[in-house]
Amino acid sequence: MFDQVSLIPTEKLKIFRDKIKRAGREKIALQASSVDEEEFFNREVESLLWDLGLLTITFPPKYGGYGKGRMVAFCIAVEEIAKYCASSALLLIIQAVGSFPIIHFGSDQLKKEYLPQMSEGRKLVAYLVTEPTAGSDIAGIQTSAVKDGKDYILNGSKCFATSGGVAGIYSVLAKTSEGRGKGSSSFFLVERNSPGLSIGRTERKLGQRGSNTTEVFLENVKVPAENLLGRGGDGFIIAMKDFDMSRPAIAAQALGIAEGTLEAVLQFAKEKQTSGKPIAEHPIVQTILADSAILIEASRGLVYRAAILSDEGKNNTKFASMAKCFAGDAAMKITTDAIDAIQVLSGYGFLKDFQVERMFRDAKLTQIFEGTNQIQRLVIARQLLRDSM
Amino acid sequence: MFHLDEEQRLILQSVREIVQREIKPQAATVDETGEFPWNAVRVFAKNDILNSLLPRKYGGVEVSYFTFCMILEEIAKVCASSALVVITQAEGTLPIVYGGDEHLKERYLRRLAGDSQVLAALGTPEPTDGSEILPLKTEAVLRGGKYIVNGEKCLMKNGSIADFLVLYAYTDPSKGNDGISAFVTEKGSAGLVYGRDENRMGMRGCPRSEIFMEGLEIPRENLIGKEGEGFSNVMKTMSASRLFTAAQGVGLAQGAMEEGIAYARKRVQFGKPISHMAPIQFMIAEMAAGIESARLLTYQAAFLFDREEWKKASTHAAMAKFTASDTAMKVTTDAVQIMGGYGYIREYPVERMMRDAKLTQVHTGTNQIVRLFVARDLTGSS
Repeated sequence: MFDQVSLIPTEKLKIFRDKIKRAGREKIALQASSVDEEEFFNREVESLLWDLGLLTITFPPKYGGYGKGRMVAFCIAVEEIAKYCASSALLLIIQAVGSFPIIHFGSDQLKKEYLPQMSEGRKLVAYLVTEPTAGSDIAGIQTSAVKDGKDYILNGSKCFATSGGVAGIYSVLAKTSEGRGKGSSSFFLVERNSPGLSIGRTERKLGQRGSNTTEVFLENVKVPAENLLGRGGDGFIIAMKDFDMSRPAIAAQALGIAEGTLEAVLQFAKEKQTSGKPIAEHPIVQTILADSAILIEASRGLVYRAAILSDEGKNNTKFASMAKCFAGDAAMKITTDAIDAIQVLSGYGFLKDFQVERMFRDAKLTQIFEGTNQIQRLVIARQLLRDSM
Repeated sequence: MFHLDEEQRLILQSVREIVQREIKPQAATVDETGEFPWNAVRVFAKNDILNSLLPRKYGGVEVSYFTFCMILEEIAKVCASSALVVITQAEGTLPIVYGGDEHLKERYLRRLAGDSQVLAALGTPEPTDGSEILPLKTEAVLRGGKYIVNGEKCLMKNGSIADFLVLYAYTDPSKGNDGISAFVTEKGSAGLVYGRDENRMGMRGCPRSEIFMEGLEIPRENLIGKEGEGFSNVMKTMSASRLFTAAQGVGLAQGAMEEGIAYARKRVQFGKPISHMAPIQFMIAEMAAGIESARLLTYQAAFLFDREEWKKASTHAAMAKFTASDTAMKVTTDAVQIMGGYGYIREYPVERMMRDAKLTQVHTGTNQIVRLFVARDLTGSS
């Protein structure tokens, strides 16, 4: 019914999508409620996602990457998985986000060493940027990396690290010089078993509870100088480029959540009857269904526009932010209204037995992470002003 | 515009202190465990809050609807589940206040006087398209001085714990709404079968219970008013209930806004507190304006109740209900947004408030249905 392929009609993508769709429906869907309820990271789902090749889509082809059209493929994967389980889709996103600095800015030597560990050794990657005092304001980080002979010594505390407690490899942003300037920070590849690296508290969240979110502490962690990603001072630029990839993906996740919600409401509305009539025939329910579908189609347009621009090698910053902002807000509205739609004539919308309740909680995160939607608006406005100069 | 007299100021001040001291520290635990807040019942009973609408004649303090709304607001600012305890108590009491004869009032209302912890509940069917009550599958047949009741009620607030329950049943199904009657029944009565309590996303402290009536015997004197008066009784009670939900929504929104503002003033990004940034300021201004509008509409409705202008009160309560609860949903969602990652984790109260707010939109009639009520009141259509 929801055919994103009509926007990007290649046979290879269709086959790819159908494979994910099937896995989503037959496997991912079955565990979505339990990972939410019990708040655990499901290793079986992780294995399944590796088997499907989804945790390496954005890698170079020889390490399991999709190749040409990979951004669209990545968004399709996230969207399809998120229809059933947003937490599982988040794992795909963070794997791509965390590995981005390594894939695009690691030395050939470093890539030769670590990419096989990730793709064949099936190591998860986490992205250690956010700190207690530095959220949207990346330049505000306190974690430091000080050169010491052939090594860097890292010290600091990271928080809200998705996959923080389950990753084998981290991309860590740390300050390499004083001040708040754009050239004051750098990314480093840090291994999980490095002495001095420890995992703090696992956060308990409103939604996307099947994802693992932790604090990570770095205390005199010694990192070889070769693990510097890009040149010293490239940290900010790398983070910005990473956003161009992650924001359409978050948008795709929001789109998937919205579609999964609409599907659940449609199914419920057709099956559930009151006074001998399916509640789908009720005008209130129909209005909610129609409004949801409008927002979904508009989100889809923005998500794949941003993805296609990226695959064409063009700047997609503005569209990435537009997609993230619009699709996140849309998912929030759709999931909020969905509870009403089910409630209207049945009284069951807010019960935990119904998956829309989980989707409502999951959707909220899409408005927040990878830059809040307020930040997205600033990015869009800045880009518009720059373009009109 | 709303001048509080000395008594109201004292009541509110006392409620505020009690709520901060006794209710706020437990709000997270009540949500987390989903267990009924018995401590709130004890605290509210001891301080004349639990039954504050109870008429003086039966030993109550009988505050005005306006004062009651302000009390609910204060509680809901910190714990919507605890506010729901007080609302549910009023819902189970008002049908008797509105429709019971003197004898019934003496027997039931008297039990709520003083620091009584007796709990009441209302088995109202969810209203659907406004012209009928569905699913009212319950029938009562008079046999040998007793009504024998068969049927079911799902999602009854506090159903499994209440000491007495108000139920509605057809005594004459052929008459439609005019064949509905209201009854009071006791916890543990033969034929009153308790099903499961549902697991909910918000206001998790108050159980929503399935109740089955399988040959439930209700003494004839427990009929509220006369046969056939059930429909108007439930409609009046539901109107009041919408007013209370509006007050609860206003309180929830106020509480969330205060959390958001406190965080925004502390949280420094880009070298200054985020409260200095326009996008955050926009959200805060919208929150405040929304809350004040909803609050005024709620107080207006409360005044109409106090003046016993029932028809107008009902329309205003409906408008206040959807306005205040939509505001609560938006404000709590934005409060999470202002707090970013911290808003999304359960260490902070705003994510709970967001889940709780969703319920204010859907209970006592979803906001869509309640809008239909208002439109029908205004247009005279059905």
